[in-house]
Amino acid sequence: MSFLNLSHLEKSFGANRVVKDFNLAVEKGEFISLLGPSGCGKTTVLRMVAGFEVPTSGGIVIDGQDVTGLKANQRNIGMMFQAYALFPNLTVAENVAFGLKVKGVAKDRRDARVAEMLRLIGLPEMGGRYPFQLSGGQQQRVALARALAPSPRVLLLDEPLSALDAKVRVSLRNEIREIQRELGITTIFVTHDQEEALSMSDRVVVMNGGIAEQVGAPFEVYNRPATRFVATFVGTLNIFDGKVTGPETAEVAGVPVRLAEPVAVAQGARLSLALRPEAVHLGRKEGAEVVLPAVIQGVEFLGSIIRVRAEVAGSVVALDTFNRSDAPPPAIGTQAEVSLSGRDLIVLQD
Amino acid sequence: MADDRPAQGPRFRWPVEWLGILPFAVFAVLFLILPTMKIVVGAFQTPEGGFTFQNIIELNTDSIRSAYWTSIKLSFVTALLGCAVGFAMAAAVVFGGLPKGIRSPLLTFSGVASNFAGVPLAFAFIATLGPVGLVTVWLRTEFGINLRAMGFNLLSFWGLVITYLFFQIPLMILIITPALDGLKREWREAAAVLGATGVQYWRMVALPILFPSILGTFALLFANAFGAVATAFALTGPQLNIVPIKLFAQIRGDVLGNPNLGYALAFGMIVITAAANFLYIWLRVRSERWLK
Amino acid sequence: MMRLVAWGTLVLGCLYFLLPLLGMTEFSLKMRRGEYSLDAYRVVFADPRFWETFGYSLALSAATIVVGVVLVVPTAYWVRLRLPQARPFVEFVTLLPLVIPAIVIVFGYIRLYNTSSFLPLTGSAFGTDILLTMGYATLALPYMYRSVDTGLRTIDVGVLTEAAQSLGAGWFTILARIILPNVMVAVLSGAFLTLAIVMGEFTMAALLNRPAFGPYMQLLGANRAYEPPALAVIAFAITWGCMGLMQLVTRFAKHERAKA
Repeated sequence: MSFLNLSHLEKSFGANRVVKDFNLAVEKGEFISLLGPSGCGKTTVLRMVAGFEVPTSGGIVIDGQDVTGLKANQRNIGMMFQAYALFPNLTVAENVAFGLKVKGVAKDRRDARVAEMLRLIGLPEMGGRYPFQLSGGQQQRVALARALAPSPRVLLLDEPLSALDAKVRVSLRNEIREIQRELGITTIFVTHDQEEALSMSDRVVVMNGGIAEQVGAPFEVYNRPATRFVATFVGTLNIFDGKVTGPETAEVAGVPVRLAEPVAVAQGARLSLALRPEAVHLGRKEGAEVVLPAVIQGVEFLGSIIRVRAEVAGSVVALDTFNRSDAPPPAIGTQAEVSLSGRDLIVLQD
Repeated sequence: MADDRPAQGPRFRWPVEWLGILPFAVFAVLFLILPTMKIVVGAFQTPEGGFTFQNIIELNTDSIRSAYWTSIKLSFVTALLGCAVGFAMAAAVVFGGLPKGIRSPLLTFSGVASNFAGVPLAFAFIATLGPVGLVTVWLRTEFGINLRAMGFNLLSFWGLVITYLFFQIPLMILIITPALDGLKREWREAAAVLGATGVQYWRMVALPILFPSILGTFALLFANAFGAVATAFALTGPQLNIVPIKLFAQIRGDVLGNPNLGYALAFGMIVITAAANFLYIWLRVRSERWLK
Repeated sequence: MMRLVAWGTLVLGCLYFLLPLLGMTEFSLKMRRGEYSLDAYRVVFADPRFWETFGYSLALSAATIVVGVVLVVPTAYWVRLRLPQARPFVEFVTLLPLVIPAIVIVFGYIRLYNTSSFLPLTGSAFGTDILLTMGYATLALPYMYRSVDTGLRTIDVGVLTEAAQSLGAGWFTILARIILPNVMVAVLSGAFLTLAIVMGEFTMAALLNRPAFGPYMQLLGANRAYEPPALAVIAFAITWGCMGLMQLVTRFAKHERAKA
């Protein structure tokens, strides 16, 4: 039995089934992301765990206790919200102390815990300030401290970074992950940002239309997407014209290649072959199975990476190369060659 | 400050920009500030124009003291009940899980009812709770309840309270509904997930946040009731002993025997409504440290 | 449970508001013995004094609205554009009428503008009408200013002004052709509210001795039984009409904006 179990969760609003037969087992101390486009049901799952929504059917068990019928204030859960949900009328210290105060923790123990939490988030001097005197990033850190102060069993994060600007977002996500590791607290993180999900999580749940399409480690979800949706939603993808010729072989632009692992599909089924941009190489790469002529169509200089769009065998392909100071990016319109290998191919089934 | 700066640019410019609000300033001075000043100054003048405290001292008679006391009580009670009932109704609509279609008609009706004050309002209540009013007759014939015999009289203090609430409650609804909308769902959810009960959330978060709005509306309702003449006058005529009616009678025909006593009476009204508002501003500043 | 309490509160509240409306309506229909009739309304509408005072108050409403708009729109505009430092002062003044009772203000008028003063407005009927109009404009000032100022907040006053100036418009043109149309909804809202306030106003008109609708209703109320509730119904209809029109322009404007 895992620490947090969601079994056969269903939620309907009227005739609209928002979450369909959702199952998830989270280990103690694990960091899990629910990733998906807006309206995919990820927030609804989180709100059911928090106790704000009652599941239409199914059950939620935390640490062996069935909490499905419990109210939000009886579950001992910590939560961080998207917008600045700090209480504006209370100081930072009073915000952090709120959960302890309503539990009736004595003042001296409360104060000690608040000081500990403020040290943890790196704002030990800010206790006397009001939320409006803090930056967005500081407010969200205080929100984290407030959620952690009562030592909750589970931490829920509802897109806590989406209202912040890019720099703060990256530094805060590292900080959240560090604190989470340090405390070993079981965490569910909801986001629509794949970079956040992939960089922070032990495991990612990719959701679409109320269904968990794939549950797996970031490396696995990215490199071995289980469904077409996961493949296209996570990362950029080049779809190639090609066909599977055998259990472990395929053809790309007429050239036979070898797949990384056998595909179990009926012969002749409609399949697509796809490649990540970083699996397509500009120029002739040593050991590549296929080399194709290409025409450069566009160049995006992204800093450490240069993303090139090239026309290959009638379709436009995106490919990534690392920036090197001695090799300027190719000019638009020039002829080039691209190379690729069968072991990088992702086979997409419909 | 200008001294230690070298003389550069235009040295002095007539504040021509201020000319833009000159018409408004003239209007305000002529029809708002001067008339008020006239009252304030007159309260400390003898009929011949000399300075005196006599007018203020003469306010201290049984009749005038009781008029002020009744007025203050009336304004306080109607403001308090208006705030309480208005808050309850607004909260019922905003948080009570009622159908969405109720909200807009209630707000429109509140707009109408808060402006349906004065003479016609008195007529409506006479037709309803007066000696032969709809409710009075209905209670008597259907249930044998005789309001009169039970001591209820529309022309009494509580009769006035019931009548005034007809414009006080809607005013509260109009002002507090947007404030209730301003309470974020996240605050309530954050409180709940931290283990707070509904009561704890209201006591520690929601009410402190709403406090300035409620207080401000209370001050407004107080002034609103304190200065109201028409409703009381149409309901009871000139004999009811509240300050605005007394002042009304005095302006019409010097019933106090001292023309400058009228100034003092009016000055007292300004002092009380101003005091209510200063109290409000002071409490607001104290309670709003968390606002910019 | 919560929903039950909410419903209960609402129903009780609505009962309190509906009973007087029901009461006045029912009473106004009872003039003829033993049956409901519109006799009270017939009597009211047949009274020339009704039409005189009604017309007088209507005319005064119009004058008040004109004064209010001419006073408030340029001031609010100017404060937003060039004089933000005057905002606290102007806002304080516009809020004063909510604090100083109308009866005190009109008392000041009577003593300040009497026949022996520097501006003997109360000496003539026309002068008194002007004074009354100014008094009404004062009463409506808080609502008018708030409404227009809110309207101005939604448009970029600075950019509109500079655009108009670069096309050669003068101040009058800017105000009349650019700013006013853009805050028309706010102005109309304020205007209908002013209309509702002025039509029922009693204190100022009574103390300045002008034949307005409010004092007429009061006079009738002191002497008759069935006509007053009929007048109350009419007054309620007027108020409702004003508020309805207010909602209508706001909704219409939203619709227009959505189309654009």
